[in-house]
Amino acid sequence: MFAFGYALVPLYDLVCEITGYNGRNSATTTVADVSSFEPDVSRTVKVEFVTSVGTDLPWKFWTTSNSIQLYPGEMTTVQFYATNKATETRIGQAIPGVSPTLASKYFRKTECFCFNEQPFEAGQTREMPVTFLVDPALPDDVDTITLSYTFFKAPDKG
Amino acid sequence: MSHAEAHDHHHGPEPGFMRWLKTTNHKDLGALYLMFSLAMFIVGGLMSLVIRAELFTPGMQFVDPQFFNSMTTMHALFMIFGGVMPAFTGLSNYLIPIQLGAPDMALPRINNMGFWILPIAFGMLLSTLFMDGGAPAGGWTLYPPLSMQTGDAMPFLVFSIHLMGISSITGAINVIVTILNLRAPGMDLMKMPLFCWTWLITAFLLIAVMPVLAGAVTMLLTDKYFGTTFFAAAGGGDPVMFQHIFWFFGHPEVYIMILPAFGVVSQIIPTFARKTLFGYSSMVYATAAIAFLSFIVWAHHMFTVGMPVAAELFFMFATMLISVPTGVKVFNWVATMWRGSMTFETPMLFSLGFVILFTIGGFSGLMLAMTPVDFQYHDSYFVVAHFHYVLVPGAVFSLFAAVYYWLPKWTGTMYNEKLGKLHFWLSTIFINVLFFPQHFLGLAGMPRRIPDYSLQFAEFNFMSSVGAFAFFITQFIFLYNLITTCRGKWEKATDQVWEGAKGVEWEMLPSPLPYHTFEQQPDLSDYEPHPTH
Amino acid sequence: MSSAFMSRAGALMSKLAIAASLGMVSQAATAEYALNMPVGVTEISREVYDLHMLVFYVCCVIGAVVFGAMIYSIIAHRKSKGAKAANFHHSTVVEIVWTAIPFVILMALALPAAKTLVKMENTRGAEMSIKVTGYQWKWQYEYIDEDVSFYSTLSQDSNFARQKNSGVDLESVDNYLLDVDNPLVVPTDTKIRLLLTAADVIHAWWVPDFAVKKDAIPGYINETWMQIDEPGTYRGQCAELCGRDHGFMPVVVIAKTPEEYQAWLAAQKGAESALNGAAIATEQNVALAQ
Repeated sequence: MFAFGYALVPLYDLVCEITGYNGRNSATTTVADVSSFEPDVSRTVKVEFVTSVGTDLPWKFWTTSNSIQLYPGEMTTVQFYATNKATETRIGQAIPGVSPTLASKYFRKTECFCFNEQPFEAGQTREMPVTFLVDPALPDDVDTITLSYTFFKAPDKG
Repeated sequence: MSHAEAHDHHHGPEPGFMRWLKTTNHKDLGALYLMFSLAMFIVGGLMSLVIRAELFTPGMQFVDPQFFNSMTTMHALFMIFGGVMPAFTGLSNYLIPIQLGAPDMALPRINNMGFWILPIAFGMLLSTLFMDGGAPAGGWTLYPPLSMQTGDAMPFLVFSIHLMGISSITGAINVIVTILNLRAPGMDLMKMPLFCWTWLITAFLLIAVMPVLAGAVTMLLTDKYFGTTFFAAAGGGDPVMFQHIFWFFGHPEVYIMILPAFGVVSQIIPTFARKTLFGYSSMVYATAAIAFLSFIVWAHHMFTVGMPVAAELFFMFATMLISVPTGVKVFNWVATMWRGSMTFETPMLFSLGFVILFTIGGFSGLMLAMTPVDFQYHDSYFVVAHFHYVLVPGAVFSLFAAVYYWLPKWTGTMYNEKLGKLHFWLSTIFINVLFFPQHFLGLAGMPRRIPDYSLQFAEFNFMSSVGAFAFFITQFIFLYNLITTCRGKWEKATDQVWEGAKGVEWEMLPSPLPYHTFEQQPDLSDYEPHPTH
Repeated sequence: MSSAFMSRAGALMSKLAIAASLGMVSQAATAEYALNMPVGVTEISREVYDLHMLVFYVCCVIGAVVFGAMIYSIIAHRKSKGAKAANFHHSTVVEIVWTAIPFVILMALALPAAKTLVKMENTRGAEMSIKVTGYQWKWQYEYIDEDVSFYSTLSQDSNFARQKNSGVDLESVDNYLLDVDNPLVVPTDTKIRLLLTAADVIHAWWVPDFAVKKDAIPGYINETWMQIDEPGTYRGQCAELCGRDHGFMPVVVIAKTPEEYQAWLAAQKGAESALNGAAIATEQNVALAQ
């Protein structure tokens, strides 16, 4: 049963992957193939962007577009910015989150700073694009999706 | 424990401390477990008095908020793992062999080890109070990331939980092996007293979930010191996953603390109603059903973390279902009393108190199961009131009942009935003064685990603190009665002790129990504890 | 100390007298807030209150039946009255009946609860979103689409008074421990979506009057919603243990009519752009140019 305790970890990940629960799965954390999607112009979805920084990282992190309306299947790029306010290099890791969590399965990203750790030199500010589309298979009863990023200190670095 | 001296010198105990250190005798170990748990109840009780003293009036008077958090955390750990669980293990040691006609527990050396681990574990845990960064203060639930902020106490906390887990598992294995292999001929499973049944099921729960807790706290340890990120969002981990794993342990743990209590009460009520337990087999099945359900309801402890509606509905329905087998038990107890011939000695009083007050805790449990309303109750004092009602007038009252009930059998001396009754009535009054107002506090919006509160909560906190101190002082009556009885101050007990008592220990063994029982295997083929048709 | 003790005891007695004289908890609630859950000011909070009272009454009825039977038995079937023990020990019919009846009662409770739950989790059609971030030990509110954001911490008066042995008369502090420097201001009659997250440990945002309690978890975004019917000031607290000052990070929400809210919002934006806007813009331009 001790091993079972540990086995619960991959089991939990599997449940999250299948249900989208916790808003973090391969759809939000890996590069997607988007060649097969066509925009569905019959409806629009509001996508909100929110940014947070963990207290263990002296960064500023923001986006210029708080929210956009888009068609499901339509490719979009949104710019995010971060500044390292520390006096030495820091490495951050952005953690994506999606609300409602079940919508996370319908995100398709081709570019995101959250795929990798982001090293920032002292005082450096950088623009970081996220390119994505929302799968047209998104259920009709979802009208607003929030995409959240939180920058934490990358584990054991920075 | 002077009874042992009169017995066979070849098999008698060694004199002095070495007797206790090296003993493999189930009665010695049962006594050790019970004395240890009494000590832990006192330590945990003192911690709760620190809490109630600070909450006596609004404003911060005595302690730092961080120390207050340590007190709530340590109070829970001591009471759960040091008080209630070892007390029931002690009862299982003392009672299961004599109830089944077995000479001892099946694995006596492991039994000894299982006990002596406990003082080490709790010594380690208590020492964290003096460490850099203080004792653990993240709540007994140890939710990360907060528990990651624990100072030097962290590894001590984790290792002490490992030791408690090992101790519980040795106790559980012993119970299972003893019950399955050492029953005297003729003692069929469905003839066993309910205490044995509830403990058998509890033992399986313990083996199933204690290692899961050990795994979860090991993950906390490696997260903090060895760079793993099971629960750290920054490394792709998930703090909510800890809560799922913890409560997968935590909910069965709740039943680990209450099922043996059901067993105790199910034996005491028939004795004093002078009537067979109503619905013996449905009691066994209800216990098994509760144990099964306890594995599929864990997420009701964490509705507010945000779950898909389908999951919330599932956990709500599953949780509400538990009240069906629990209700069956309560109805059976009442039906046992119905048209009985009742007397009200102290064990019966505590059992009746248990039935009523535990049921009140069950009602608030049903309220908490309703997910939409749980959003209001969750992490408020309503929850504090709920689980203290099931644990104090629940589990702890059943322990009092058990001690009063079996103490004359163990020691050969009848405790003082007047003091016993006084202890019951004062305990019952003050326990309600202590915990009932906490329902109101929670409903009015007071969160749990806060060291200070706004003025609207002042009156009920005041009342609750008065109850707490009065309840604690009342326990000295029990302590006095216990010690004097062990020393043989009162009347000698008869072999049957209670007029209506049925069972191997009452009908076949003398009071006090000899140091070794059943050196000759008894034949129980003709023994009919209750009608089976 | 002793006079404080007496006055506390006196207040307690009068509160209990109210409760006793009104008899029922629900009625007492109208006279004395501190005895029962608030009815609240949202459709959801009222439904939650009704569910709470429903399950409470169901428990009372079951309790009356079970405890009634038990107490009758204790009085009538005692040995000292010459009661002789009967001999029955099981009855399959009775046992099936008292397994089935609770099951039916549970269904009757679960169905309305499920309906309310589905409503609570439905964040569709929200007219505005506010991001709530928990810190050790304060809240940050960000109005999405409005560029308004601020921190909300325990008010100075309370913070001073709550220091150990501060000597401050707590009665003289406004809303002791339930007051903040910058309350969250929201419009009434508007479906507001709350997005919760945290920057360090888990917190929980709770306002009893809205029946809203949701965990704010670092790295996660959680959502819930509220639609407030009546303007007013509503108070709550952090509900998830979050460390040393967990008890000292209250939530205060001021609900204004939509018109007053718009005026407040405009004032906020004006103040912010006047004070910080220029500075922030310069900082960002300089930074980007590097």
